[in-house]
Amino acid sequence: MNTTNELRKSIKALIAEKKVDLFLAWEKGSLPLTATPLFVSTEDQADRAVFDVTCGNNLSIYFTKDRKQFANRKVGIAVKGCDARSVVLNILEKQIQRENVVIVGVPCDGVLDRKKVLAKTDGREVLELIDNGETVTVKGNGFDLLLNRNEILSSSCLACTYPDAQEYDVFIGDARGEVPNESRLKEIHDFQALSASERWDKTRNEYERCIRCYACRNVCPSCYCNVCFVDQNDPKWIGSTCDYTDTLIFHVIRNLHVAGRCVECGACQRACPMDIDLLMLNRKVAMEVKDRFGDIAGLDINGKPAMSDFREDEKQKFIMG
Amino acid sequence: MNKEFKPRITSFLCKWCSYTGADLAGTSRLQYSTSIIPLQVMCSSRVDPVFLLKAYLSGSDGVLLGGCHPGDCHYETGNYHTRRRFALVKEVFESLGLESERLKLSWISASEGPKFARVANEYTEEIRKLGENPTRKSIFL
Repeated sequence: MNTTNELRKSIKALIAEKKVDLFLAWEKGSLPLTATPLFVSTEDQADRAVFDVTCGNNLSIYFTKDRKQFANRKVGIAVKGCDARSVVLNILEKQIQRENVVIVGVPCDGVLDRKKVLAKTDGREVLELIDNGETVTVKGNGFDLLLNRNEILSSSCLACTYPDAQEYDVFIGDARGEVPNESRLKEIHDFQALSASERWDKTRNEYERCIRCYACRNVCPSCYCNVCFVDQNDPKWIGSTCDYTDTLIFHVIRNLHVAGRCVECGACQRACPMDIDLLMLNRKVAMEVKDRFGDIAGLDINGKPAMSDFREDEKQKFIMG
Repeated sequence: MNKEFKPRITSFLCKWCSYTGADLAGTSRLQYSTSIIPLQVMCSSRVDPVFLLKAYLSGSDGVLLGGCHPGDCHYETGNYHTRRRFALVKEVFESLGLESERLKLSWISASEGPKFARVANEYTEEIRKLGENPTRKSIFL
């Protein structure tokens, strides 16, 4: 609750000093497991803002998916560590100007994955959620469960390396600092150690479930092409079925399009109705980008996104002739 | 199976170097493999990963991408971007359990007709050893 109060205070201050016309934050959702994005333009509205374990939405997607509203306006935004990297990426890709955004970092201990909570309650509807810090209490009709925080956190949060905003104007509360996260790498190495046919089966098991709802693309802060390649029909790159050929093309190409730009916020995985492990390939590509090109998406505001940059002397052993 | 396996290799060649190189191989009367199916693109960096994957999953036994030598790009830096992108595409191919040797990138300049013929022949031979594209059997197209 303390963070919430601090957040409200700083929103009010920013609006009162006319530093921002609009502030993006979260408010208590109409359903207990998800917060709703909140657009604050007056001081009174700031009292609705909250920050807790349900605030999974990466608010930076509004900059690119709702361009008209944000053109030439001073906008404030509340960010978790991953969201801050998205904002930086948007700035680097010239979607917004740095001077037009006021970034307010909030201390993040991870956000929950709705599907994990519902698995714990056996699908029974949750009517109330209380965040006690280390544990979370969920209440519903005829049940009252005390859950360990680690059981319900989004898998992207369990493997988070940068929980604090690296680029901000205001930071409220205490920063957690950089979290060395070996588990994230171990998972990838384990996957890489499998044989080719095992990797084929494993990825097939995941992507075959895809129903092509494009929820992952729509929540992705890095996916903002005016016309996505899956929506193009002349030429038509991808069939419109849910056969494995088509779902595979969709996921692999989406992955390559966000290569070096994915901030691993896990929004795609939380949005997926089929519970597909979408982050695996993203992490693998992010690791490859870091190893080969030495770049981590959205950390350095003076840098360049990896895939729009190059060095002349890169290794090119794979090139023929 | 008595019929000899003849691979199909979809080749994306950049207009300024590789395609002109292929043209030179032709006008110089050099023999090269007929497995190569050349497609002209304006720059090797115009080739989105979706081209490569689509070509592969549509049944090509190999995919060849040809561009100018580093530093010689008609658009100055296009092929440097291609190189980065291609490295990742190969990695992702590996991760999916697909054979990344079926994707090839080669720098062929406009004056390298003989090199084009050599690369075409060598790559065809390599693919012939690997055999037919296995995804033709494992996923229906």
